[in-house]
Amino acid sequence: MPNAIEIKGLNKSYPGFLLEDIHLDLPRGSILGLVGENGAGKSTLIKLTLKAINRDSGTVRVLDADLDDPDFGRIKEEVGVVLDEAYYPEVLTAQQLEKVMAYTFSNWDREAYQNYLKRFQLPEQKKFRNFSRGMKMKLALAVALSHDPKLLLLDEATSGLDPMIRDEMLDLFNEFTREENHSILISSHIVSDLEKVCDYIAFLHQGKLLLCEEKDRLVEKYAVVKIGRQDLEALDPEALAGKREGKYGVEALVYRDLIPSTFATEHTSLEDIILFLAKGGARG
Amino acid sequence: MEIFISNTGSNPIYQQIYEQLRNAILSGTLKEGDLLPSIRGLAKDLRISVITTKRAYDELEKAGYIHTVAGKGCYVAPKNTEQVRAEHCRRIEEHLRVVLRLAPACGISSEEITALIHKLQKEEQGCPTPSK
Repeated sequence: MPNAIEIKGLNKSYPGFLLEDIHLDLPRGSILGLVGENGAGKSTLIKLTLKAINRDSGTVRVLDADLDDPDFGRIKEEVGVVLDEAYYPEVLTAQQLEKVMAYTFSNWDREAYQNYLKRFQLPEQKKFRNFSRGMKMKLALAVALSHDPKLLLLDEATSGLDPMIRDEMLDLFNEFTREENHSILISSHIVSDLEKVCDYIAFLHQGKLLLCEEKDRLVEKYAVVKIGRQDLEALDPEALAGKREGKYGVEALVYRDLIPSTFATEHTSLEDIILFLAKGGARG
Repeated sequence: MEIFISNTGSNPIYQQIYEQLRNAILSGTLKEGDLLPSIRGLAKDLRISVITTKRAYDELEKAGYIHTVAGKGCYVAPKNTEQVRAEHCRRIEEHLRVVLRLAPACGISSEEITALIHKLQKEEQGCPTPSK
């Protein structure tokens, strides 16, 4: 199967929250970034993929196994997970934690773990509860990477970290996917981080998947223009994907190939596109 | 070989790779039969998307600059002289367009441009025109 994750028609409802009809594929060997505001359903989607919570309907396949397969637990050995908080026993040191993990994962790689501890400069004798947030996340990542995973599921793994550590982590993700059968699903609300590493971007908004597209194509497809109100009215309504009206003019997100070439388009970042689409409601 | 990716330019990233690899092939930096970096390797080294890199390679293959050997990688294809000529023509055209845009701005006629070209040609051939 060419996809590391295949989600079809996935539904999950909580009182006051609905994750609705999600279709999402993560092609093997690529990095998919899941963007969305707080409460959009990113974490719910990742937990559903792990079968940490039960879905209402739909099918999910992870690394060739259906979520309902009796031996789905075996697949979890091949998935490295980092959630937004690391929950390890507070009194353990990194070295003691290793002993626990060696019993948890059958393909635990002691040497890899030790190398990551060194690379991340994690203290060996310090107890987990005294770790800083950056250290905790690095430790969780070291554990996730040390049992030879084929897939990484990262839920807000880079948020709350300083730019240096985040960049280090992005490098690591980049390195991890040098292997053709290594894939990553990463959620974040730091869009610029995702823009740096992702091949695909999926945008979750109020429980619905508004778009899932190749990152570079998105940037090619949309452009921001700054125009007067009259010009805006003259514009083909089909070409308009979103707008922000100000006192002295209008900023509009447009489809590049539907506007006259005389329009001066601004350099458009992924963040601009996401913000405009979130406000205007995307039409794909 | 050096490749630079600009994120601010209006040129799509795949086109930037396409053009830089093509130029390297046309200028001889990459020679016939040379193995190109692997798509995944290049993408990761440049910190860009694998799909985008693949798209650039696909375009290069379509245009006949490289060919793929299954399981081995992409190699620089034998130079097609006609293609090289066409590419050079296209570049000359590009430069001339700039000239034609600049000339009217300072009132230089096309006769003067032609004269200038002849003068430059002579200079290039090593027989300088007598100075005025």
